[in-house]
Amino acid sequence: MSKRSNWAIPYFIFLVIFVLLPLILIVVYAFQGQDGGFTMENITKFFADGDALNTFAVSIEVAIENTLICLLLGYPAAYILANKDLNKSAVTVILFILPMWINALMRTLATAELFNVLGFSLGKGTLLYGLVYDYLPFMIYPIYNVLLKMDNSYAEAAADLGATPVQVFGKVTLPLSMPGISSGILMVFMPTVSTFAISEFLTNNKIKLFGTIIQENINSSMWNYGAALSLIMLLIIGLTTLLLGGDKENAVEGGTV
Amino acid sequence: MMKKLLAKTYIWILLILLYVPIIFIAVFSFTEAKTLGNWTGFSLELYKNIFTGGVGGGASLMAAIKNTLVIALIAAAVSTILGTVSAIGIFNLRGRKKNTIQFLNNIPMINPDVITGVSLFLLFVFLHFSQGYLTVILAHITFCTPYVVLSVMPKLGQMNPNTYEAALDLGATPAQALRKVLVPQLRSGMLSGFILAFTMSLDDFAVTFFTRGTIGLETLSTYIYADARKGGLTPELRPLMTLIFTIILILLIVINVRQGRTKEGQKTIIPVK
Repeated sequence: MSKRSNWAIPYFIFLVIFVLLPLILIVVYAFQGQDGGFTMENITKFFADGDALNTFAVSIEVAIENTLICLLLGYPAAYILANKDLNKSAVTVILFILPMWINALMRTLATAELFNVLGFSLGKGTLLYGLVYDYLPFMIYPIYNVLLKMDNSYAEAAADLGATPVQVFGKVTLPLSMPGISSGILMVFMPTVSTFAISEFLTNNKIKLFGTIIQENINSSMWNYGAALSLIMLLIIGLTTLLLGGDKENAVEGGTV
Repeated sequence: MMKKLLAKTYIWILLILLYVPIIFIAVFSFTEAKTLGNWTGFSLELYKNIFTGGVGGGASLMAAIKNTLVIALIAAAVSTILGTVSAIGIFNLRGRKKNTIQFLNNIPMINPDVITGVSLFLLFVFLHFSQGYLTVILAHITFCTPYVVLSVMPKLGQMNPNTYEAALDLGATPAQALRKVLVPQLRSGMLSGFILAFTMSLDDFAVTFFTRGTIGLETLSTYIYADARKGGLTPELRPLMTLIFTIILILLIVINVRQGRTKEGQKTIIPVK
């Protein structure tokens, strides 16, 4: 037995080189000045940079709005899909998962082109539509999974004991589906903050998200500032993950379709 | 009855909204017009162009498709092997060591692509590693392997651990025991891991974008990005998208119908990013 645990050693070394070291390098570069010495300059630059701060605020705002819309639209959908009286067909579930397999860039461009042809002017509205369009399945799927695995007898017991349907939902179903909701929020909120390309296409470059300014700085060889911005994003990710306590494993595991 | 009708209507409205852009592209893949939204009569010209590699950016588009497939195949194959071997190792670890490696394994899945991309970019800069094909493949292996590990782990839990020992006792070498005892029992997990890794790699844009260097390596995603920034998509992308979508639709339905029939490992795998 003990020998087979050694099989994890090559992967452990791989993880240290390709996962841990790169993250450490983000921190190192973030605190490094042009001369190679230690500096706080890159971090203070962010707090003095009006454009970057503005982009940061807009990203958080857009991400919150996108997450809320996805939750409001996605929860009822997941509830209906997981309810055997309301939905008997497995194909409907597949149809919701299917777009996740198509290149996000392609889907986004298709949406943007459709808006162009229909004569909508690109801006905040189209950005939100496109983001909801891209991320809605990621909200529906984890909630659907949790609801599907949920033991129905709790809800039945509550109803038998005199709870109204609204009470059953509010006091039993909703609290029990919280793990699905937090994975869903995690899977929608974080990628939205960090998207680049998507916002450029959907707003014709009018609105930038945080991912875009990281990309711009790295591409114009401002590695240290880019690393500092990445570090700030990493902190936000760490915070949301801690707050939600969710993990993507829930979703990767998948469910019965 | 009323409730059921309402629920059905809601689901279908959402589905229609999700599919309108895809159907829109599919419809206009059957016409020759350069700009999307112009209908100049039914034609299969764009489909022909993809396969003959002719006209309007056809050649570079073909090269991008080839790169995408080669990278995805290599990355998925290496990830599957690395992930399976590691899953067996991790499964047999205990305590702190197990927690540490599982924590590290989760990082690439939680990190947004931009962070994975930037951090690997800095790694290659730091190591003075010239960026190109190899760095993109290494980067893809980095974000694909965790999914293979997660797909194989549950299968290990369902397996009888004594079969491997029995094979060794009966005189099999560890390599033989791996090939003849472990792999057959882990095959379904390895397959879903491979498919997951393959599609994640196909789909990737951000990580490729940061790790491809300046040698002009284009995958489908970076090609589309560059194309869209120039303004106006290459018309040949329309039939390409339609084809990819149709193939995936058929594959998913076949996999799910087959799984439904065998009732074994009824798990649908989804790419999570």
